[in-house]
Amino acid sequence: MLTNSLLLSNQLPTLQYTSTPERFDETWEAPLAILLGLGRAAGADFIEFFLERRNYISCLAEDDSITSISPSLATGAGVRVFRGKADCYVSTNNLSFSGLKAALEKGLSILGLQLPAANAFIPEINLELLRDYATKRGKDKWLPLCSSIREMGEVLLDSTAYLQRKANHIQSRRATYFRDWQEVLIAASDGTFARDIRLTQSVGFNVLCADGANRTSIAERAGNTSDANFLRTWDYQQSAEQIAESAGKMLYADYVESGTYPIIMANHFGGVIFHEACGHLLETTQIERKTTPFADKKGEKIAHESLTAWDEGRSENAFGTIDMDDEGMPAQRTLLIEKGVLKNFLADRTGSVRTGHPRTGSGRRQNYTYAAASRMRNTYIATGEYSTEDLFASIDKGIYCKKMGGGSVGATGQFNFGVDEAYLIENGKITKPLKGAILIGEAKEIMNKISMCSQDLSLAAGFCGSVSGSIYTTVGQPHIKVDSITVGGR
Amino acid sequence: MPNINEIATSAKETANKLGINKFDIYGSTVDETSVQVDQGEPKQVKASNRSGVTVRVWNEDNTMGVTSTTDVDPKGLELALKTAYEASFFGVKENVPDFSPEATVNIDNNKSEKANQAPVSQLIESLIVAEKELLAVHPAIKGVPYNGLAQRDIDRFYLNSNGAIRTESHSLASIYLYSKTEEEGKKPRSAGAFRINHSLDNLDINGCIKETADKTISHLNYEKVTTGKYRVVFSPEAFLSLLGAFSNLFNAQSILDKQSLSTPDSLGKQIASPLLSVCDDALHPANIGAEAFDGEGTPTRRVSLIENGVLTGFLHSAGTAKRMNANLTGNASIGAKVSVSPNFYHVFAGANSEQEYSLETAENVILIDDLQALHAGVKSLQGSFSLPFDGWLVNKGVKTSIESATVAGDFLEVLKSIIYVEKEPELTPGGVCPRIWIDELSITGE
Repeated sequence: MLTNSLLLSNQLPTLQYTSTPERFDETWEAPLAILLGLGRAAGADFIEFFLERRNYISCLAEDDSITSISPSLATGAGVRVFRGKADCYVSTNNLSFSGLKAALEKGLSILGLQLPAANAFIPEINLELLRDYATKRGKDKWLPLCSSIREMGEVLLDSTAYLQRKANHIQSRRATYFRDWQEVLIAASDGTFARDIRLTQSVGFNVLCADGANRTSIAERAGNTSDANFLRTWDYQQSAEQIAESAGKMLYADYVESGTYPIIMANHFGGVIFHEACGHLLETTQIERKTTPFADKKGEKIAHESLTAWDEGRSENAFGTIDMDDEGMPAQRTLLIEKGVLKNFLADRTGSVRTGHPRTGSGRRQNYTYAAASRMRNTYIATGEYSTEDLFASIDKGIYCKKMGGGSVGATGQFNFGVDEAYLIENGKITKPLKGAILIGEAKEIMNKISMCSQDLSLAAGFCGSVSGSIYTTVGQPHIKVDSITVGGR
Repeated sequence: MPNINEIATSAKETANKLGINKFDIYGSTVDETSVQVDQGEPKQVKASNRSGVTVRVWNEDNTMGVTSTTDVDPKGLELALKTAYEASFFGVKENVPDFSPEATVNIDNNKSEKANQAPVSQLIESLIVAEKELLAVHPAIKGVPYNGLAQRDIDRFYLNSNGAIRTESHSLASIYLYSKTEEEGKKPRSAGAFRINHSLDNLDINGCIKETADKTISHLNYEKVTTGKYRVVFSPEAFLSLLGAFSNLFNAQSILDKQSLSTPDSLGKQIASPLLSVCDDALHPANIGAEAFDGEGTPTRRVSLIENGVLTGFLHSAGTAKRMNANLTGNASIGAKVSVSPNFYHVFAGANSEQEYSLETAENVILIDDLQALHAGVKSLQGSFSLPFDGWLVNKGVKTSIESATVAGDFLEVLKSIIYVEKEPELTPGGVCPRIWIDELSITGE
């Protein structure tokens, strides 16, 4: 352990310290405080260390065999150095004191800074008492409580056997599961010192059905954070029955006739529409790039008055739930839009520095190789006042988008997303299944066309890719009606 | 990171200590620096020196387990070997992956191509100049929201307990620019370009600026397109995007898993117009960063996939080649379940075309430059796609940008509906390809 808090830089090479190698705990305070002081002495305005340890495993069952068990272990760190509004991010696998120091030195040199001379004093950085969300919430016990490899295999094989009994015309069936255990420690020159453990799991089916020239492939996935028992509680029978029913309907579906329609988007993963059409555009990253039409609209009406939307980090066990973000800030519940009026943006540290919007605990990253950026967590449209029947009754001819695929949004605010399971609505009733639909639109326009929200809010797990990698997020909404949107098809 | 010999020695010693007689390791290190700029100022600089290895271990019952790790010191390797050994008892009992029989054959052209990395200040300066020049091309170009200049050194290796050992190194530099326009009363428009080469010195930054500017400006004059069936011309990048999205056609592992539009019996069948030929050619001279061996140590090579429209080959790992009694192709990635993927496509004209077409004379054809949202709009197992795109309606050489449209179709029908494969190939990140003309496709506009 370090005993000397007022150091001369030439003492660094001979320092002795011991940090617990298999756990990020208080023993990391001294070496990280010294490195932060070193960076400040070099002239950096702000320094942040992000340390990560990861234990990941995935399991794949195909038909009636386990065909892949893939464990993956990772350790690494990223150091971010700010000088004015410019920043530099350096990542490394080497978590030794010398490895972290080398990463810091590289970051400093890129910004034109040098380590202090040999006899210079290194200022002391006083870190807060370790804010340890993992210990506080008993997360250290999670990993050993998770399903063993044997149990993973048994559950997945049982599930694919059940799927075989429920679906017709199956050509191939797959069940996939992964468990992602991550321990993080953040220390920054503003005194931030925080630790957390995240446990994210996901399980689901992928089925291909074929009957002559008719083919359909459908996937279904459930996700969870914080529950070590997740796989044991997966209701694979219900999931298999749902996917079998969807596959049966879509196998013989006609291609959608392209055009402009009113649509109803189902709850649950239907929330991807808000994620793509608006959520990304409320990230300060987009303000920095000038790629959002909403940059100067705070306090103004940007959506239909029926629409209220949230982004928050604490929904119990939801896929995007975090106690703190990857900059060590507690996750907030952030009101994005209230009755059509833009209330807040999602800001990380850099976004806050560069745009002036306050941080919201939204700094997230895939892993230590990425600098944090403003990203969504659990994002959803709030419950409305209508019944689902009201929504259907308002449409003479339209499309019911029951199951959404993925989507994306471009630099001009134009978004798109695919529909995996759709139905024609005629005179307020579902009449026949449709396939091949993709929805496209402009964010500014579509937000004013979400005119009705029902009362059946439901959340769904998703993966979001952006500047700081792929992260776990939640989308959600009640059933909503979009008055008109372009539907691509044949 | 320890060097290859240190890892090999350490792995062998640890394996012996653990009683592991059969193992292999694939690993890489990447030393990378990238910069972004914003309105003449550096925005973010990223530097990374990371490493990772994947170890496979076979137990006494000859079942196999795998583990990946970023910790390649002796302690990390020991943990990875132990974890892989434990996982091996849950490995597959049938078609167990094995060493590639070609992992020890000599590779003639195995060479290291490392360039000196440029100072970060030079990267920043070059990108600031590029941004400035791009902004100066046209008053409507108000920003370059997405940009980056990167250089990386990559070292990779494969070794196994049968004595195979391969190493390879190369350097890459790349730039992307994506500019955005703003004009009063008009919707913002955007477009981008990308270049890659061995080092910053020979990177075509000016070409990237010009292509980005030309494309962005060409989108200033935009209109909706009327929904209907059109003759469509795919740019090289767009066609390769589509080909990549349906690469299960050639993927032997997907075929064995019944996750493909092909079956083992598809070989020799006419699946495309006779005008089309396709190869996977990792060693193509234009392939910057070409890799001489795959994740199992198998040498890469040129593989004919479609010849004059006839399906002539599949992409293999050692395991799929054995199961399908075929030659290895060098397309495997190491893993518990070995995956197969293309290296570098070479698309070219097959049979002679009876008629040649030109955008200078064609009337009302759609030129698709860039397909978007492939992850959402492609049903790779159904063969269908419905995708937003950037492109133009071209009438006798006059291009009008298309706003908010999608193209939809069936990929196998697209292959059969090819009416012309142009002669002039273009280099893209995924391969070399000319423009491809398709007779009729559904376009949704208004």
